[in-house]
Amino acid sequence: MQLLGHKLGWTATFGIVVVAINLCLMLFAPWIAPHGQNQIVADAWLTPNSQQWLGTDDLGRDMLTRLIFGARMSIGLALSATLLCFALGVSTGFTAAIAGGWVDTLLSRLVDLLLSMPLLIFAFMILSVMGTAIPVLILTVGILNSAIVYRLARSVAMGIVVQDYVEAARLRGEGLGWIMLREILPNAAPPLLAEFGLRFCFTFLLIAALSFLGLGVQPPNADWGSMVKDLSGMISLGSSAPFYPAGAIALLTIGVNFIVDWLLSIQSRGHGEGA
Amino acid sequence: MIAPSDPLLRVLGLSVQAVDRRGNASLIVDDVSYDLQRGEVLGLIGESGAGKSTVGLAALGFARRGCELVRGSEFFHGRDIRQMPATERRQLRGAKIAYIAQSAAAAFNPAKTLMEQVIETVAFHGLMPVDQAQMDAIALFDALGLPHPQSFGNAYPHQVSGGQLQRAMAAMAMMANPDILIFDEPTTALDVTTQVEVLAAFRNLIRQKHTAALYVSHDLAVVAQIADHIMVLRHGKVVESGTAARILQSPQQDYTRRLVRERASPTEFRKQPDAAPPVLTITRMDANYTKASRTLRDINLTIGMGETFAIVGESGSGKSTLARAITGLLPRATGDIAFLGETLPPRLAQRSKRQLQMLQMVTQMPDTALNPHQSVLDVIGRPMAFYFNHSPAIVRARAIELLAQMDLPESFLHRRTGELSGGQKQRVCIARALAAEPKLIICDEVTSALDPLIGEEIMQLLQRLQQTTGIAYIFITHDLGIVRRMAHKVAVMLKGEIITQGTIAQIFSPPFHPYTEKLLTSVPQMRADWLDDVLANRVTSQLQTP
Amino acid sequence: MTLFVASLLIFAGTEWLPGDLASAILQNNATPSNLAALRAQLGLDRPIAQRYLEWLNHALHFDFGTSLANGQVVIAEVAPRLENTLFLAAYAAIIAVPLAVGLGLLAAIWQGSFLDRIINLLTLTVISVPEYFLAYILIHYLTVSLGWFPSLANVNTVTTLAQRLYLTFLPMLTLVMVITAHMMRMTRASILSIMASPYIEMAYLKGLPTWRIVIAHALPNALGPIVNVIAINLAYLIVGVVLVENVFVYPGLGQLMVDAVTKHDVPVVQACGLIFAVAFILLNLVADVVAIISNPRLRYRAA
Repeated sequence: MQLLGHKLGWTATFGIVVVAINLCLMLFAPWIAPHGQNQIVADAWLTPNSQQWLGTDDLGRDMLTRLIFGARMSIGLALSATLLCFALGVSTGFTAAIAGGWVDTLLSRLVDLLLSMPLLIFAFMILSVMGTAIPVLILTVGILNSAIVYRLARSVAMGIVVQDYVEAARLRGEGLGWIMLREILPNAAPPLLAEFGLRFCFTFLLIAALSFLGLGVQPPNADWGSMVKDLSGMISLGSSAPFYPAGAIALLTIGVNFIVDWLLSIQSRGHGEGA
Repeated sequence: MIAPSDPLLRVLGLSVQAVDRRGNASLIVDDVSYDLQRGEVLGLIGESGAGKSTVGLAALGFARRGCELVRGSEFFHGRDIRQMPATERRQLRGAKIAYIAQSAAAAFNPAKTLMEQVIETVAFHGLMPVDQAQMDAIALFDALGLPHPQSFGNAYPHQVSGGQLQRAMAAMAMMANPDILIFDEPTTALDVTTQVEVLAAFRNLIRQKHTAALYVSHDLAVVAQIADHIMVLRHGKVVESGTAARILQSPQQDYTRRLVRERASPTEFRKQPDAAPPVLTITRMDANYTKASRTLRDINLTIGMGETFAIVGESGSGKSTLARAITGLLPRATGDIAFLGETLPPRLAQRSKRQLQMLQMVTQMPDTALNPHQSVLDVIGRPMAFYFNHSPAIVRARAIELLAQMDLPESFLHRRTGELSGGQKQRVCIARALAAEPKLIICDEVTSALDPLIGEEIMQLLQRLQQTTGIAYIFITHDLGIVRRMAHKVAVMLKGEIITQGTIAQIFSPPFHPYTEKLLTSVPQMRADWLDDVLANRVTSQLQTP
Repeated sequence: MTLFVASLLIFAGTEWLPGDLASAILQNNATPSNLAALRAQLGLDRPIAQRYLEWLNHALHFDFGTSLANGQVVIAEVAPRLENTLFLAAYAAIIAVPLAVGLGLLAAIWQGSFLDRIINLLTLTVISVPEYFLAYILIHYLTVSLGWFPSLANVNTVTTLAQRLYLTFLPMLTLVMVITAHMMRMTRASILSIMASPYIEMAYLKGLPTWRIVIAHALPNALGPIVNVIAINLAYLIVGVVLVENVFVYPGLGQLMVDAVTKHDVPVVQACGLIFAVAFILLNLVADVVAIISNPRLRYRAA
């Protein structure tokens, strides 16, 4: 298989298939799922059977249905938070690189501040006070993560800003907008794209972890992280129920990581050309 | 047994294949053969991509990542280096055949002292005890004219200058008393005045120890000083080879003839245009990067309409900083710049669109001067759309016209700039500058990243454009040959100051300013005895000035 | 300095953000009168700067107040937990660090080999998987199926060291897997970037064998980056510990903090947050210092 003129390995193909399926689940959950999200369809703790392919949970809800709706919540949340952190991180990072001087110093100090604590711990503290409503979750995770995106965007843009063609645009008298969008962005796209994948994984895992600890998505809504928590009691009884949502989390992150790995290998080959 | 008459190294039909990232293989060295006799120096000449460094590395049985020695044999003392087991080949490297890299700054490990690295080969191969090796190294430092040879080895690479590092690398190569030295462009990264000293040190060393050497360079004049034989390479193939004297005096091939002629100075200087009105006047200007230091001091100069004004100096002399101060990238601290009759504000942001349009710039590295994601039309068209609001149809028509002036075909309009060669890119850069219809273009080392013959074509193009459009140029350069051939006036810079300026005829005729004379004599000339003359003159002038 | 900033952040994060602490504690029992009473009791009616300085002063003397949930002195509750967490983290680090650096070196030396590609695939998979998923897989196989190790790491003060090592084997193994994968990938990448430098080519041309080049030329330059990698991963360990402690019900700081957050027990949250931040900042500081020591260029500039 080929994409963008480069050969796709089996890992990258696998990644693309997994991501595509997950996006479909997210977009079309109500039409794909066999039952309603909170509909009780049978007895509790049924093992997988012909009616309930993955069995039922503690209240007798269909596991497959819950998983599909969980996809919507998990991926939707992570995607919004990632988009938010990219919008924030890239625009501020580019501005810092182009403007330099005190703007750069101020923004960079601010980011150092945000990164002076582990993200998860920081998120704990904010959520403990602000509550765990979904918009709060997205904002918290998005803003905290944007610090990391800022650093990458700034360093990538720094490398491009010193190129003579950006200097040529400045000498011509071009404004900030043109330089940012026409000169820097096209050249910064490949590393940023790869970072988007990594950031998505990170955000996705972070939100799942918060939910797993009971500090993220609250009932009756469910995402994969909180499903793992709800089902975790069954593990010592030999049930494989917690593996479904946890496996779903793992599968999607592995898929995205495979794609990112492929993107990065293309880039490094691209750099090798000049040597 | 080998007869004494057999060459030290005999290379037969060497071919090296390179594979690019799309998996296409091509021969970058194609059927190269040569003999290297004991005590003889063979010069390898060619432009970048000619495969000369690859031939040099192949003599060590080494190929860079992505390259492979596919055919040929290399007999060293009658044994083929290619067929040797890896261990045996490793014992050869550094001990019998040693390598001196182009950029010593990159080739020394930053985490270890110079002494550790210089004696590493002999110590590791157990050729001599460590204290003996250290004494030998100190003797070599002394022979190569390094300062404080006793303690020089204790320094880390970043603590000494480029010229000293390059000599330290020669000491490292000589430690094991090798049979063959491979010099890979060892003076390319140095200033001309330093180049003379390093070149002389190398030559003395080779003659003293009677070592054979392969000297790789793009500069025929440099090789002519040191080589007995010269081999000219192009596109991986041997164009011509012969004794140095024969190549210089009666080159057989057209390509070699052009190489030899390239450095020839014109007999007449360019004539001054008749009393042209000034386009740019700088008075008493200072500029600096930090408050503490003054990078530029008291700069005064006037450039007339349609004139070429050269600014020469070695690296660090402040000539590029002067260009940045004129363009406003580095706001000047004090003084005044008058451009087309009005004062040019110090900062870029304060200048009017018309001022920006009238003053354009072409920079040194064509590879980084063009956005690789834009087409040639995007690049050339943008200044027209930006400054004149031309419609797309007019922009296109003008762009085709400009390409024609640059001797580039119309089909280039939609090529991505990343796909062009260095010379083509530089032409597009010039077209971009001309698209703004300026009165003055600053050319910052525009040919130094290009191969000599390509650079010469760019120079002729610029001169032709000046004759048709009446544009003025500021040439920032370290190359006095260019100044001599291209400029009407010249200013010589040293440590941020202009030490002398005037017309070419004034500056380049006796009596010389002492520094100008040093610079002038340091430029390698296409004759084998140039280095001897320079060194002889330096000795006499040192004797005269106590 | 950074520490001061972090303390400010922790305080601001817990007390200054919109959302009233008192109403958060009282939840559904909030009436205007007892809200006001609690605010007075917590001192919330005093200016924020004054409260911060008091808190900081007490924190410097290891006094984090009393828990809102059970009225115990915070430091008494935190200390044994901290000990447990440090034990688990050290246990994991001692095994993971040499393993990861060694494997990273091997993968770099045999770059592009079959071994290298297998390691790449495995580590990529492991870093993609949430810690608790790994933990559950381990429990599923090693506890439920084989019965080798306990799934609960319920240590207490009378547990002997041997018992402790046995009980915490699964949490340790989970952490080791995760940080080894991260560390190994980063070690490999930093060695490879150094192996591409011109001075490595020069070393080959001096006739040195690969092992000598890696040890004598690449490693001294890679030391800074590698120690940096280790520090980053030990900092990461702090986060991993929180999740793993919860899976295995291990009485550590992470579990305490999660409990405290759900109970809105602010003094405990502040104390835990500060400890985690201190560890995180110290590790980053160590990384910076080692980077300077191992690079002669930076070393001389600092001197």
